[in-house]
Amino acid sequence: MLYGPAPASPAETAGRVPARDVAPVVIFLAFALVPLAAAAAAETYLLSLFTRVMIFAIAALALDLVVGYGALVSFGHAAFVGLGAYAVGILAAHGINEVLVSLPVALAVAAAFAFVTGIVCLRTKGVYFIMITLAFGQMAYFTASSLAPYGGDDGLTIRLRNTLLGLDVLRNERAFYYVAFTCLLGAYLLCRALVASRFGRVFRGARENPTRMQAIGFEVYRYQLAGYVISGALGGLSGFLLANATEFVSPAYMSWQRSGELIIMVIFGGLGTLHGAIIGTAAFLLVEEWLSGLTEHWKVIFGPLLVLVVVFARGGLIGVAERLTRRLRRD
Amino acid sequence: MTEPVLRLDALRKNFGGLVVTDHVTFDVAPGELHAVIGPNGAGKTTLINQISGLLAPDAGRIVFAGRDITALPMHTRAQLGLARSFQITSILPAFSALENVALAVQARTGSSFRFFGRAAREEALNEPAMAALAAVDLADRGDVAAGQLSHGEKRALELAIALAMEPRLLLLDEPMAGTGHEEAERLVAVLRRLKGRFPMVLVEHDMTAVFALADRISVLIYGRIIASGAPDVVRSDPQVIAAYLGDEME
Repeated sequence: MLYGPAPASPAETAGRVPARDVAPVVIFLAFALVPLAAAAAAETYLLSLFTRVMIFAIAALALDLVVGYGALVSFGHAAFVGLGAYAVGILAAHGINEVLVSLPVALAVAAAFAFVTGIVCLRTKGVYFIMITLAFGQMAYFTASSLAPYGGDDGLTIRLRNTLLGLDVLRNERAFYYVAFTCLLGAYLLCRALVASRFGRVFRGARENPTRMQAIGFEVYRYQLAGYVISGALGGLSGFLLANATEFVSPAYMSWQRSGELIIMVIFGGLGTLHGAIIGTAAFLLVEEWLSGLTEHWKVIFGPLLVLVVVFARGGLIGVAERLTRRLRRD
Repeated sequence: MTEPVLRLDALRKNFGGLVVTDHVTFDVAPGELHAVIGPNGAGKTTLINQISGLLAPDAGRIVFAGRDITALPMHTRAQLGLARSFQITSILPAFSALENVALAVQARTGSSFRFFGRAAREEALNEPAMAALAAVDLADRGDVAAGQLSHGEKRALELAIALAMEPRLLLLDEPMAGTGHEEAERLVAVLRRLKGRFPMVLVEHDMTAVFALADRISVLIYGRIIASGAPDVVRSDPQVIAAYLGDEME
């Protein structure tokens, strides 16, 4: 049969919370409750651990936007995080601690770097794109290392966390936690809106079939560049939070290992799902934390573990969870 | 005579030492269906690629709707109203059939630098897209992922995408390629309905379809047009019979 009957549309099965929204709701509820658990268990390190998870989750989200939805495998995303962090550090070194200054500067610097490098990188494809983003990332790394007035290789200590209109809101660890939480939630909702918007449709279409997109009248390059800049700015947001959380800025934030870790986090959780990037980041950092507490040779266990996940858990942790729920429903 | 929609002026293209488009001069009148036939390797797809902007010609001119478009990139030509289908199906397999077509509507209506609002819920995009799907008998397949459609349906979807662009000219590169007998008949029926509404350049191997649909036929061999005219004239041209139709028609 050439023209068979249409299958039931997803709209017809709606009526309750769509299955795809369950996981994100659970994730954010869990993050919201962490400070209560930390207080109950009197384990303050939990708070800083999960603050760190959320900060890196923003960077992983930014990366998933371009890798998962645009097939633009950036191997230099740590540079955006580092630039955002250095914006905070350098401003602080000159006595500027105001969030309303440092945050816009962090976003703008990261976005500008994404724009300028994106113009070059997006002319290439596939492996060449990976290599050139890596090259620009390393360029940022070595530039930061050579910034002698700002600590060079050793990095730069931030004496005071940023203040908002002179108020010391980031000083309190729990308040800082909820600031990071709000940023992550905002970044997630922004990415979801972007992906479903007119812009997102063109951006996703360019991944599927750029020639077809050009043949219907889209200059895909412009949309890819816009997506890359948005992703870079989100990386800058992550860096802004990271600098404030650690009260320290270091060239190591921009190293290619960091970029690689971000890619692993996204793949670990499940590419092109957004909330998968958050789960992947949490899994990566928590397993790392747990293993490094067990033995100092934890990388010997961690490495093979990552290989196993990539080989056997197609679609990352999200993919595994989906297959499990499907099997449970069938039984 | 009215101004042609499309005019090719002594178009030339070489691949290394091989001449694939050899001084091709060719035009399409308003409302006309101009078919291009020829054996495999005659340069038909290369010609379509140059008209649509996927390939740049080495010499010659392409004039579309009174404007020299020879140097324009593909996406600009598409915005001017030049729509094409591909010989090897070119769709977005993970997108639904409706979304494939709605994207073509989106390309010509309003900005796509809109970052908020769900595109899938925009009636201004979905309604024209549904109409285009209906025009190729795919109205009830809109929700299906394009990659899941049957081959014949994919060919029809390519047509719907082109129609949704509200083109001033349709370039159809073997729309019937790889389809079975029944599917091909359906597509011919669709093309017959579209004929007259849009001027078309039709590259096709199915001679029954070509002679049933075309107002004018040009025969391309080794990159050169050896004959051009009404179907009856081309059919009885001794040069064409000797070079191409002879073995096709037997």
